[in-house]
Amino acid sequence: MAVKERRLILKHVDAPGYTPDLACYRKHGGYENLKKGLAMGAHAIREEVKKSQLRGRGGAGFSTGVKWGFIDPAKVTKPIYLICNADESEPGTFKDRQIIHKDPHQLLEGMILSCFANGVKLAYLYIRCEFTTGWKVLEKAIAEAKAAGFLGKNILSSGYDLEIYVHRGAGAYICGEETGLIESLEGKRAYPRIKPPYFPAVLGLYMCPTIVNNVETLCNVKHIVEMGGDAFAKIGRPNNTGTRILCVSGDVVKPGYYEFECGALTMGELIHNVCGGIRDGNRLKAVIPGGSSAKVLRAGEVYKFKQKGPDGAMVEIPMKLEDIPLDFDSLATAGSMAGSGGIIVMDHKRDMVECLANIAGFYAHESCGQCTPCREGVLWMKKILARISEGHGRGTDAELLKDVADKIAGRTICAFGEAAAWPVQSFLAKFKEEFNLRIRRNGTAAKKDIVSLIH
Amino acid sequence: MSLPLEAGTEACAGPEKGEISADLVRKADEIVRQYPASKRSAVLPLLHLWQEQFGYLGPRGVEWISQKLDLQEIQVLELVTFYPWFRQRPYGRFHFRVCRTLPCALGGAGKTFAALEKLMGVKGDPHHGALVSEDGRFSLEYAECLASCGTAPVILCNDDFHEKVDEARAAELVAACK
Repeated sequence: MAVKERRLILKHVDAPGYTPDLACYRKHGGYENLKKGLAMGAHAIREEVKKSQLRGRGGAGFSTGVKWGFIDPAKVTKPIYLICNADESEPGTFKDRQIIHKDPHQLLEGMILSCFANGVKLAYLYIRCEFTTGWKVLEKAIAEAKAAGFLGKNILSSGYDLEIYVHRGAGAYICGEETGLIESLEGKRAYPRIKPPYFPAVLGLYMCPTIVNNVETLCNVKHIVEMGGDAFAKIGRPNNTGTRILCVSGDVVKPGYYEFECGALTMGELIHNVCGGIRDGNRLKAVIPGGSSAKVLRAGEVYKFKQKGPDGAMVEIPMKLEDIPLDFDSLATAGSMAGSGGIIVMDHKRDMVECLANIAGFYAHESCGQCTPCREGVLWMKKILARISEGHGRGTDAELLKDVADKIAGRTICAFGEAAAWPVQSFLAKFKEEFNLRIRRNGTAAKKDIVSLIH
Repeated sequence: MSLPLEAGTEACAGPEKGEISADLVRKADEIVRQYPASKRSAVLPLLHLWQEQFGYLGPRGVEWISQKLDLQEIQVLELVTFYPWFRQRPYGRFHFRVCRTLPCALGGAGKTFAALEKLMGVKGDPHHGALVSEDGRFSLEYAECLASCGTAPVILCNDDFHEKVDEARAAELVAACK
């Protein structure tokens, strides 16, 4: 196989001599699409985005056109806000970091176009504060864009005004949840809001209609304006259009970020060809395909996919883990999700109890504490997993863990409950013998070859 | 990989004393103007501003920010305790954050943390906040996912980001903290 990368968003990132300043961006055609978009008009841009079938790149994969469609700028009397969610913090994901640090003007151009399309006059760029360099890069880019007339009052003499400010988070993962992010931007604890209303389009920032989009999603808008929605929809697969930045980490020879047409390659091609296979000559054991919240997939598993047969009738075909095309729908069929595009690979020497204990540690640290099942449950899961890995597990601990996880999912205000429960549920379902074996061998020292993954 | 260690000024070590300069007030006012609909939105940026100036957020910072934004002190303090980036006591002049989350752990973050503990001479339970060296020079804590999983393990030393920090690289970084 030789599926080639198709770099749309990352086209210039890492190119020799490419710098994050405005002069370099303009040399590569920067802000030409802003001119084009302003001439097209707001309604036309929204139509192109609808046609493109773009799905959000933050994790949920929700249609951007539909999200925008909840707001009709002509009918809304309150201000409309747009927030760029640059709070990238789903373990395994590091795509937005590349865009922010290496091509910030691409993000700004996409963001200005999106604001124009939706009648937004004031937008915020919510960036996690751990990107200590990233926010300075963005501040500089905004100042440059303003000085050049791409931002601020009367943009390119179109009569359109827009201000964008960078807002730094303060180390809380829950700010990635859009209503938590809005609360945080309002100067409060990032407690996600009760739904309904399901979308901040109804009641968002300062109780006004608000659009929250991911960094990669907003960059895509620039490309949709450039090539048109129909042409964009031809990239990738139906309902899974455009490219996808895949971030691979863990036990592969060449971890890193890669951009492919959606669904253009399979999990096996990504791991074994693009990333050079499993490191140290080890074998594949497990993959988390869409950030640490996504359900784990086990090597050797076979999934049932429905496909149209030659006679047009739907037939069920078996699909091995390595053969799954990397797009939203296929990974959902395999029982997991494409999520944020963060793919974490584990080799056959990895202890699944310790890996899960590490993940549980993350969710225990990051629960906002608002809903009881989550606030209490994530800590219990962490404690139970810590004791199993330390050799003090109890006979019923595997069942107890599953019971706790089952009682979190579906019983919380936001999807964090599911995000914390899914890893536990899926690791237990797929590697149960490993957990029980560890419990049966209690007292024997836990493996310390990786200086414990837990902490 | 070999970024300079720029930060780490005397001010970062606290205590929360010193003059509230005209420059600080000017910066704060500029921040507040970015939130025309509600100045309460300026709390997080002002907390950042204060911590960067004075090293940590003590009662003086909470009081100053609450007065600046017409808030109750508790409305400021509850953010200090909620957001992990903020601290209520002085840390070391060189503060290290080691990513603990799965991809970094698979890449050996545990070993890096243990090496740093030794190099800095800090001890204690990292679950209870940062470990601070007796002379106030260093502090060390775990961080959750720093979003650079492809170059694990990664760390932040003050504002400087470092990738692929194994034990040898950790020793170089500590030696560079002067």
